[in-house]
Amino acid sequence: MEKLLFLFLTFLEIGTVSFGGGYGMISLIREKVLQYGWLSESDFLNFIAVSESTPGPLAVNMATFIGSSQAGLAGAAAATLGVVLPSFVIILIIAALIRSFLKYSGIQAFLSGIRPCVVAMILATALTMAGSTLLGFSSLSEEITPDVHGIGLFACLLLLHGLSVKIWKKKPSPILMILISAGLGMLIY
Amino acid sequence: MKKLCCLFLTFLKIGAFTFGGGYAMIALLENEFITRRHWMNQEEFLDMAAIAESTPGPVAVNSATYLGYKLGGVSGAFVSTAAVCLPSFVIIYLISLFFDQFLTFTLVSKAFRGIQVCVIYLIFSAGIRMLKSLKRTVFNCVILIAVICSMVVCTVLSVNFSSIFYVLICGCVGIGGFLVQRILQRK
Repeated sequence: MEKLLFLFLTFLEIGTVSFGGGYGMISLIREKVLQYGWLSESDFLNFIAVSESTPGPLAVNMATFIGSSQAGLAGAAAATLGVVLPSFVIILIIAALIRSFLKYSGIQAFLSGIRPCVVAMILATALTMAGSTLLGFSSLSEEITPDVHGIGLFACLLLLHGLSVKIWKKKPSPILMILISAGLGMLIY
Repeated sequence: MKKLCCLFLTFLKIGAFTFGGGYAMIALLENEFITRRHWMNQEEFLDMAAIAESTPGPVAVNSATYLGYKLGGVSGAFVSTAAVCLPSFVIIYLISLFFDQFLTFTLVSKAFRGIQVCVIYLIFSAGIRMLKSLKRTVFNCVILIAVICSMVVCTVLSVNFSSIFYVLICGCVGIGGFLVQRILQRK
């Protein structure tokens, strides 16, 4: 019971302060998940790939997965409810009462500070994840142990991305890139 | 009642078929609600999209609650939100039951080592896409660089500093900047 409440409250917190949707929530979820030892960094990355390849919002997928792995079906329900509830209440209030919500200059000013912050959080998370996964370096107390195959694979993906933008004038689909790197992963590791 | 049922099925469909997160979903919603059913006009829809993107929480859930409320009151909001989450919930719950066993196959775990690298690439490319759409002002650059440096340094030094504080501090900096601008304009 206590575990369920804890899951609910943690995801309630994530749901309340995560702006920017999808990847905007990653830094916060990663922080909580690593802090409470719910998943390791590599489990977390695996799960983002699963979430990208299945329908639905990342935050809901993440809540369901972690809830289920910690406390079964009830845990999944508690965590998912927690992450959805703040959205539901906030939007209901705005839709019912504050017609011109976005026209208030105070709210605009608040959001103008958050927008660059969310982008920075995503980039910083990507940097630290790259550090720990590709270089094996996550804090000063550790030595750098580079994963040569991983770095090579990363370079391949960047090259593919560049080619796709140049030839087809659009970014490659995430699912396609996941499939390609799964295939390459089987070959090189 | 018929409308609630219709909302439920529409959002169930949207929840089951939107890959790639909130922004992909907005296009699907637009097609469903404006072009096909004429449930609302373009302007209302754009208002909804702006609100869904600037409030906390997943864009899909925010849109479902907002549209559900506009079309069917509180019960409409409830039905739509539940429907948009239901497919994810069921699919991910089933996956979570088998995921660990699945990873014990050597070939699968090798594939996932490759996929982990891909996810880092995906997060980078999402960040860079958002960076490109950000207006190039001094204010944005300062916040961006300060937050990136601070987060990376905190991680390297193993200092715990929650992302929540970054969001709140930057929001307050935004309000501060706005007030300063207003005071300067008055003088």
